[in-house]
Amino acid sequence: MSKQETKARPEKPVKRRDFLGLAGLWTFFGTVVAILIGMFKLPMPSVFPEADSRFPIGKPEEFIVGEAKSLPSRRLWVFSDENGIAAMSTVCPHLGCIVKREEDGIYTCPCHGSTFDAIGKVLGGPSPRGLIWVEISLGPDGRLVVDSKVEVTSQTRFTA
Amino acid sequence: MEYSAMRQLLRNTKGLFRNFRESMIRHGRPTTDRARTQTVVQNFFLHVHSARVNKHSLKWTTTVGMGIMTTALFLILVVTGILLMLYYKPSVLTAYDSMKDIHFVVPTGRIMRNVHRWAAHGMVALVILHMARVFYTSAYKPPREFNWVMGIMLLVITFALSFTGYLLPWDQLAFWAITIGSSIAGSPQDLTDALGITQYFNPGGFIKEGLLGAHFVGEEALIRFYTLHVIILPIVLSAILGLHFWRIRKDGGLARPASADPPAPDDAAIENFDLMAVIYERTPATDQEVENTVPSWPRVFRLEIILTLAVLFVLVGLSLCFDAPLAEQANPDVPENPAKAPWYFLGGQELVSYSAFGGGVVIPGIVVLGLLLIPYLDREEEDVGIWFSGRRGRRVAAVSAVFATLVGVGLLAFTVKYGWLREWLPDLTQRYSRISQIVIMFFNPGMMYVGVCAGWSIILVRLTNSTRMGSIGLFTCFLVFFVILTYFATVHRGPNWDFFWSHADWPVVEH
Repeated sequence: MSKQETKARPEKPVKRRDFLGLAGLWTFFGTVVAILIGMFKLPMPSVFPEADSRFPIGKPEEFIVGEAKSLPSRRLWVFSDENGIAAMSTVCPHLGCIVKREEDGIYTCPCHGSTFDAIGKVLGGPSPRGLIWVEISLGPDGRLVVDSKVEVTSQTRFTA
Repeated sequence: MEYSAMRQLLRNTKGLFRNFRESMIRHGRPTTDRARTQTVVQNFFLHVHSARVNKHSLKWTTTVGMGIMTTALFLILVVTGILLMLYYKPSVLTAYDSMKDIHFVVPTGRIMRNVHRWAAHGMVALVILHMARVFYTSAYKPPREFNWVMGIMLLVITFALSFTGYLLPWDQLAFWAITIGSSIAGSPQDLTDALGITQYFNPGGFIKEGLLGAHFVGEEALIRFYTLHVIILPIVLSAILGLHFWRIRKDGGLARPASADPPAPDDAAIENFDLMAVIYERTPATDQEVENTVPSWPRVFRLEIILTLAVLFVLVGLSLCFDAPLAEQANPDVPENPAKAPWYFLGGQELVSYSAFGGGVVIPGIVVLGLLLIPYLDREEEDVGIWFSGRRGRRVAAVSAVFATLVGVGLLAFTVKYGWLREWLPDLTQRYSRISQIVIMFFNPGMMYVGVCAGWSIILVRLTNSTRMGSIGLFTCFLVFFVILTYFATVHRGPNWDFFWSHADWPVVEH
């Protein structure tokens, strides 16, 4: 019984001074790590300096049925037909360039050559996905409001 | 004679300049080897050098002076950079105008900016060439492995410095290159999107937000890049550069072949002649200078001055002939077409045109990791300090270069002509877009280059029974692919990243 007890004890117990020294060292490292984590929180913004993702684009009747309208500063193409109005982002999902609509109705990205068909599906190039369609709703003042952060399925149309 | 303070004052006045000089520099022109040694050891600015240096290290063919030239370029960049900081205003509203001021109004501003730009390009080029020199002369072998690691860190920081500096002019090139670059940093999101876990785990978005301070390139990004460019990265680079130099000495000077050190004299010779050796600084046994070394003064310093002057001469010449480019002011609505990064990133831009995450994150990660691992995977200590480790290595390097050229050109031609998965199986990739996306990330022409490099070096290790020959094959393939991709993207990629034989064939694009 007594033999077992001595066996269970560690061979060389940590000396009191070593223990205090190591505890001090690890306290130091712990503090430094905690401070570093705190410091690296600073560059991660909690509020982003950007305009509201919701913005008005005009009254429904401003969009002539059967025509596509470009809103370059909003980075949108707005399509209107008998079934309603839909909006597609012009930001290439690959690396953020602005795609250009060619005469044959397809979209090309000037930066790395992704191509998209008339409804934004990937035809070729490196883009991981098709162009993004965004939500349109009716604002209280009767103007259409786009929320560029809300993605909707392709060609989702707003109908009054 | 009685002490006269007045006379002493007169004498002090007469000796003012001599005394001032002697108080500042405690020695005259050294004429003996002992004095030369002391000059180096006692002078703060010289004592980073060793007092004596092996004759082999002074040979032109040992280093081609590229480390020294890179350092000279860095110093020139610091000086011109600080001068430019006096006029440059890091704000979206003022940055572009202050660049124009520097170019057209500030006295000598134009030449300072030109020198800064060409020195930056030169530093990137020379850092790469210096790395190639160190690699091909086996200077990464023990005990110098960790200095190689620090060299790779310096390479990465040099790229980071030029990347952050690229945004500062706030012109079209800057804006779109950084939009693309920061999107590459955020491209892990493509993988998490394809796996459907972005809302739980989004490292790409985290990195991008930390880099830009926003979701787009704007005021916050500009001030962050400015801070990185003028304070954080130069300090980090200087610190590692200091360690890099210090380690050269602690590792016993530059790598050299065993034949550069004299054979160890036998004890009898030392007993009989060591006193004579001290007197004449020659050992009668071998009739050579002690340890085949010479004092660093003046040879090393002469070399450093000549190389620095050469660098300055070329830079000023370039700057008088060619202005640093400045495109129109940044316009977030219309990208440049083509939006090309600086030349050293164009190989990478070709790779991201296959897959953003694969070409922009995975492959650079593999390349840096591979470079870091070379000295730990190849530890054969023969033939250190000999270019290509001798004739067999030269042959391996030549064969590897030919092989890599054929594969590189062939694969590029194939990709241009036949495209990749999306062009081969349009319906299948459309239907299974998520799976095909993940497949393309890890199976694209860029990854083929990586696979070819790795496979080729393993074949070489087996054929030659030497890890050194394998690493020569690996590094040569990497260098050749880098050069081919850079050349290809610079010359043969035009608007919409389409293939063109030359710039003259580009269609006219209206902006």
